[in-house]
Amino acid sequence: MAMVQPKSVKYRLWLTHLGLLAAIAVILFPLLMVVSISFREGNFATGSLFPDSPTLEHWSLALGIPYTQADGQVVNPPFPVLTWLWNSVKIAVISSALILLLSTTSAYAFARLHFTGKGTILKGMLIFQMFPPVLSLVAIYALFDQLGKHIGWLGVNSHGAVIVASLGGMALHIWTIKGYFESIDRSLEEAAIVDGATTWQAFFHILLPMSVPILAVVFILAFITTITEYPMASVLLMDVDKLTLSVGAQQYLYDQNYLWGDFAAAAVLSGLPITLVFLYCQKWIVGGLTAGGVKG
Amino acid sequence: MSESLRYPSFRKMLHWSLWLLFNALALYLVVALYAQRQIAFALLGLVVTGIASYVFISRRTYAHRYIYPSLAGMLTFVIFPLLYTVGIGFTNYSGTNLLSFEQAQRYLLGQTYVAGDRYPFSLHDSEDGPRLRIDLGAQGVLVSPPLEGEPVQGEPLGLQPESEVSLGEPLPLRDVIKRRAELERWVLRSPEGELLRLYGLREMAEARPQYRLLGNGDLLDNRSGERLVANHEIGFYVDAEGHKVAPGFTVYTGLSNFARVLADPDIRQNFLQIFAWTVAFAGLTVLFTLVVGLTLASLLQWELVRGKPFYRLMLILPYAVPAFISILVFKGLFNQNFGEINLLLNGLFGIRPDWFSDPTLARCMILIVNTWLGYPYILLLCMGLLQAIPRDLYEASALDGAGPLDNLLRITLPLLIKPLAPLLIASFAFNFNNFVLITLLTRGGPDIIGATTPAGTTDLLVSYTYRIAFQDSGQNFALAAAIATLIFILVGAMAWLNLKLTKVKV
Repeated sequence: MAMVQPKSVKYRLWLTHLGLLAAIAVILFPLLMVVSISFREGNFATGSLFPDSPTLEHWSLALGIPYTQADGQVVNPPFPVLTWLWNSVKIAVISSALILLLSTTSAYAFARLHFTGKGTILKGMLIFQMFPPVLSLVAIYALFDQLGKHIGWLGVNSHGAVIVASLGGMALHIWTIKGYFESIDRSLEEAAIVDGATTWQAFFHILLPMSVPILAVVFILAFITTITEYPMASVLLMDVDKLTLSVGAQQYLYDQNYLWGDFAAAAVLSGLPITLVFLYCQKWIVGGLTAGGVKG
Repeated sequence: MSESLRYPSFRKMLHWSLWLLFNALALYLVVALYAQRQIAFALLGLVVTGIASYVFISRRTYAHRYIYPSLAGMLTFVIFPLLYTVGIGFTNYSGTNLLSFEQAQRYLLGQTYVAGDRYPFSLHDSEDGPRLRIDLGAQGVLVSPPLEGEPVQGEPLGLQPESEVSLGEPLPLRDVIKRRAELERWVLRSPEGELLRLYGLREMAEARPQYRLLGNGDLLDNRSGERLVANHEIGFYVDAEGHKVAPGFTVYTGLSNFARVLADPDIRQNFLQIFAWTVAFAGLTVLFTLVVGLTLASLLQWELVRGKPFYRLMLILPYAVPAFISILVFKGLFNQNFGEINLLLNGLFGIRPDWFSDPTLARCMILIVNTWLGYPYILLLCMGLLQAIPRDLYEASALDGAGPLDNLLRITLPLLIKPLAPLLIASFAFNFNNFVLITLLTRGGPDIIGATTPAGTTDLLVSYTYRIAFQDSGQNFALAAAIATLIFILVGAMAWLNLKLTKVKV
């Protein structure tokens, strides 16, 4: 507690609370609105925050169940949202697992082993990570087009391509894990190596079990990065059934086919799990951010 | 003794056979790519698999085995595409010049024109697929092989006598109509060597190759006797009058794309306008998110404020919602006719701004949305950094009678700016290339009036590049690659500056 307090402190405290609440109101407005819209009738309905006659029409369509309107007309789901969500989750889980596997082993070598070119490689990785993949999409497309001619599951319009392409972005994860490894005392591993263990055994049986928290954080960070990835997936995937959520979701809001209500339900349905995971893990994620992560 | 010997030798054998298998597969891929004249990709495969093969066999590179897989990922999916893109910038690779010279030549030599005799045919279904029965007059009645799969360019199918195959009843004309496009792709060869193609719905006609390759590499048009010369400056075969004959092929054009960006008044004006907006957008985003984030962080920092966990959770919500969803939510909310924001503004002030068709308003909207999306990151960073500032500094300033503004300008900001600077540069670089925001929110629109390339008033350089490559009818990959190369230089400078400021310790 500070020893020196200005006189008007109570008044200013109220003002602070008021300011924070006002900020929260502005921030929550779009999120609450979209929840509200998902329960409104039709795709052009306007109204208050609490819909006058709530309906589950859009939610039913988002879940892939045809909806029968009051006049008996059956509306079919416009897009396979659940398939998109499944595609996204599948791609994100496999990518994140691979990213975690490869960046952990790399981070171990950077943190513990001595080899030529270590500093150069680390810095180089950090610099190249800043080049946005959007700019080399033509090359990435051409690369997978060629690969697909020889290895079918890696071609254009396959999930394999999107998964493999995500393996280019590991530098920040390597830095995060490396920083954690360096904070762990290495005497235990050295003792094991003196007793005849190989470096691999020391890494696998001693260091790895102690690093589970950071591995969880990196997995979640990689999961969120891949599930929200848009540019590469938008070029590499074409069939409606193969799209990921981030590519598919925009199809709701084309001018010619404006499905605002259906979009709202699909957005809440698919956005909520990701948001909850993030909020649940935010304590750990924030620590990793200051290490140099960039979003927003 | 023998047991303990066998075990390691078995492991060693497994090791070696895996290594050999890997090399065999790698070699197959590289040779296959090379055979298809994909030199750049063959080279990439050779480098990536060659290093892998060495790293996993040499004792001296034991440590590199740990890092190589991620390094290979970066090499293949970041560095190679980068170099390849720069390379494309020096060519004329585009929608009209997609093929290589050999492919374009082969395509032209495979072209045919209809001439000579016509023969009636009928379409039959057989056990192996659809076949054509052709009455060739003096040469007899012959039957085609089953027409399934893809025809091979330049390899016509031979015919066999009718007696050798059992055909069903001829299919009715409506089936021929239905399959016409498919049937038109096939070229058949009669016993006398004539090339036959579908001509209308009832007849096959002799098709002659339209071009003949001359000794000096020129093509001779068999029909008109005209000579086509390959022009390697523009990437087209041209006739005597200089008319281009499609398809074009990819050639090296030197700096012409860069010259276009910097010298063509039309493109240069668009480029500079978009560049200015990109810098303004990234700069203002950093400024706004910093102001909002720092203000909220300072408020939350005050120890008398209660309920901090709740405020914190609410304030970082925009960060937790996936960006592609919140951007689309804003796109709907800002909709001019049914968007909630215009309903609200209409109710309060009686105005309905055109958020998507007025350039200035569209830019304002983008900045509002991006501030909403981006401030939580700064907030989180500032909250961490503010905690590190010693409290007694503020106490001393309070004793001297300083107000909150003095505290901010004389204590907080100077202490904050140093650790924050590299993160702000990273944020600037990220927003400089914030493709997803622009693409999902405005798609770059409203468009710049009279632009020759697809350019919008809210386009960033990245989305402009993307549109030139993928959205334009011309698909001008080379021009896009040239602009991308210019952006690479800018991003490289920012990355270098960032690295200098952070003084990364390895």
